[in-house]
Amino acid sequence: MAGPAILAPSGLQALLDVLRARGYRVLGPQVRDGAIVLAELADAAALPVGVGDAQAPGRYRLRDGEPDRVFGFATTAQSPKAVLFPPDELLWRGRRTADGFSIEPVAPADEPDHRPVAVLGVRGCDVAAIGIHDRVLLGRAHVDAHYAARREEAFLVAVTCSAPGGTCFCASVGTGPRPRAGSDLVLTELTEPHRFLVEATTAAGEAVLAELPTAPATADDLAAADALVEAATAQMGRSLRTDDLHELLPASAESPRWAAIAERCLACTNCTAVCPTCFCTGVEDASDLTGDLDERHRVWDSCFSLPYSYIHGGAVRTWTASRYRQWLTHKLASWQDQFGTSGCVGCGRCITWCPAGIDLTAEVATIRELAEAHDAVAAASDGDVLGGHR
Amino acid sequence: MTAPMLDRTPGVAGVAGVAEAPATATGTAHAAAAAADPMLPRPFRVTARHLDTRDTVTLALDPLDGVPLAFAAGQFTMLHAFGVGEVPISISGDPRSCGPLLHTIRDVGSVTHALVGATPGTAIGVRGPFGTGWEVGAGQGGDVVVIAGGIGLAPLRPALLELAHDRAAYGRVVLLYGARSPEDILFAGDLARWAAHHRITVEVTVDYGPPDWTGRVGLVTDLVPRAGFDPAHALALVCGPEVMMRAVATALVARGVAPERVRLSMERNMKCGVGLCGHCQLRELFLCLDGPVLGFDRLAPLMDVREL
Ligand SMILES: Cc1cc2nc3c(=O)[nH]c(=O)nc-3n(C[C@H](O)[C@H](O)[C@H](O)COP(=O)(O)OP(=O)(O)OC[C@H]3O[C@@H](n4cnc5c(N)ncnc54)[C@H](O)[C@@H]3O)c2cc1C
Ligand code: SF4
Ligand code: SF4
Ligand code: FES
Repeated sequence: MAGPAILAPSGLQALLDVLRARGYRVLGPQVRDGAIVLAELADAAALPVGVGDAQAPGRYRLRDGEPDRVFGFATTAQSPKAVLFPPDELLWRGRRTADGFSIEPVAPADEPDHRPVAVLGVRGCDVAAIGIHDRVLLGRAHVDAHYAARREEAFLVAVTCSAPGGTCFCASVGTGPRPRAGSDLVLTELTEPHRFLVEATTAAGEAVLAELPTAPATADDLAAADALVEAATAQMGRSLRTDDLHELLPASAESPRWAAIAERCLACTNCTAVCPTCFCTGVEDASDLTGDLDERHRVWDSCFSLPYSYIHGGAVRTWTASRYRQWLTHKLASWQDQFGTSGCVGCGRCITWCPAGIDLTAEVATIRELAEAHDAVAAASDGDVLGGHR
Repeated sequence: MTAPMLDRTPGVAGVAGVAEAPATATGTAHAAAAAADPMLPRPFRVTARHLDTRDTVTLALDPLDGVPLAFAAGQFTMLHAFGVGEVPISISGDPRSCGPLLHTIRDVGSVTHALVGATPGTAIGVRGPFGTGWEVGAGQGGDVVVIAGGIGLAPLRPALLELAHDRAAYGRVVLLYGARSPEDILFAGDLARWAAHHRITVEVTVDYGPPDWTGRVGLVTDLVPRAGFDPAHALALVCGPEVMMRAVATALVARGVAPERVRLSMERNMKCGVGLCGHCQLRELFLCLDGPVLGFDRLAPLMDVREL
């Protein structure tokens, strides 16, 4: 593989042009309606130059960032999940026929004007989340054919995070701020002078890199990137201890904390919608007025909704407390049994976009304290009982 | 338009601090997906419709493409009523038969209502079969107790047909069946045949019996302590409402049946049947893949927690 290279700020336009010439629909971060979101990008001038974000529990706003900085914000409001695993995916069309009906599969490539997607500016947390979706949706007994098609043709340009937000904790879960394997190119934005370190991590990335106007990176460039990663790591707004969660959460199924959280949780499903790893879906069947056409859509669903667990006779999880417990326990513990990885990449979105400002890192810490206190009491009374009766 | 580069395999990135799962052959998986997308229903035609009780119907289905659907006793399919929706329904026919595919469906809501109303000639979409089976053969050489509540007898019928067929390979075979009322009793012909010709002890109880009912009234759970079988060498197959299954399984274990030899068929909301939609999760289990049939050793701790 060719070594790391240096791209001048003007080279971002060349990157967009190369990707577009290769047939990609390029998406990149842009300011829309007061937030930085992923949107179609043809002109590098549309990138959020000099714009930062301020994120806190239940709070998101744009702020002035460092001038000239292109990627001086933490995360895009929605992750690339919405691109590779859209909220509404048409699976098939059915048509009534003389002898019953026929089912015509619909693939992403059948969309009008379909082009493979290239995403610019994917953070380490989101690269890791895509890797998790690869396991969940591609790596098990049955494959999600639509995700497979979108994922296979996608091109990812990751960007090292230099401005983690107040709700970020990728460093403590090991997904950032430097993106791990999973993208095609990794950019690191360096200053003084303003430039981008570019590393190709796949053959596709290498081919794109070869077409860019770059110079070889020097040891100083690499050292500057390391320093940036170190500084970003020190800026994480939050942290999550993960080593004990596989045991802690299932063992805390009856913790009083769930009811306390439920007093604040609105079961609005925001957290699952913004979480880059949540993959739950429902199906919606849409038929036309004649009843001769039927369409099956796969739509995002959420374990926070009541109908999600509905079976004849009533929902399984009627309390909000049970639903929050399902979400957190699945994400941080059951996920490890199911997929060999935690389901949380530390992007902080569920904290930022929760209208009640519920913070999973704080809730986990409280659940742990309660479990430890409970164990301590149990140990003490155990001792007493045994001491008194033996 | 220049073709994009497609010469890459998607990377699989783990989250640090957690063991890496074995690398997956995504390329092969993609090829398999193209061959048979498990989300695509196959059209079948209703060839016969039998009214079992006032609200329950057995449909016989033939594949329009002529390729029969092989299944194991206890597996389910996703049945699709065109333009209405899709629901999980267990297969109630004989796994050895090459005849039509049978499903016994109780009318409880919109989709089941449409399915129950499907007349011969109607096309029905079928996905599957999915999930684990009863593994009846594991009971050979010992006694087998089959315990059903309500529509729960339908998923157990393939197991009973297997037991009847290989009757000599088993010791005592007992069926304990609880129905709401005498007129809700399913498969009355089968019950009589199994008792008369296959040495299966059939005990039926109802929740409500009219004055002319001379049979038992009461919970099926109450029949467990008195049923004649050797717990040390028994296999138990249980299907019914979750409260009933939990009570029955607890009673069986109390009598000495090993928890892993008490097998229950679990019911949860299911949208995909293939482990992708998330709906059927019970903690770490996907009940559509790891279940629906699972041993009570796995299930007991999960069933103990309310609303898990
Ligand atoms: C593995 C499995 C096997 C089953 N086998 C049978 C069978 O052999 N015979 C039979 O009559 N019934 C069976 N059921 C139950 C059957 O799936 C439900 O009665 C059916 O889904 C109800 O759908 P509905 O639209 O008629 O009811 P509604 O009350 O209108 O339900 C609305 C929606 O909720 C969901 N839902 C409701 N109840 C259930 C449920 N019990 N399980 C899963 N999803 C549900 C469905 O998506 C349904 O479309 C089985 C369920 C499971 C999980
Ligand atoms: S649980 Fe929250 S912090 Fe973790 S990946 Fe999901 S949205 Fe991000
Ligand atoms: S946390 Fe909830 S919505 Fe997210 S994947 Fe798990 S069950 Fe689905
Ligand atoms: S039914 Fe979709 S995951 Fe089990």
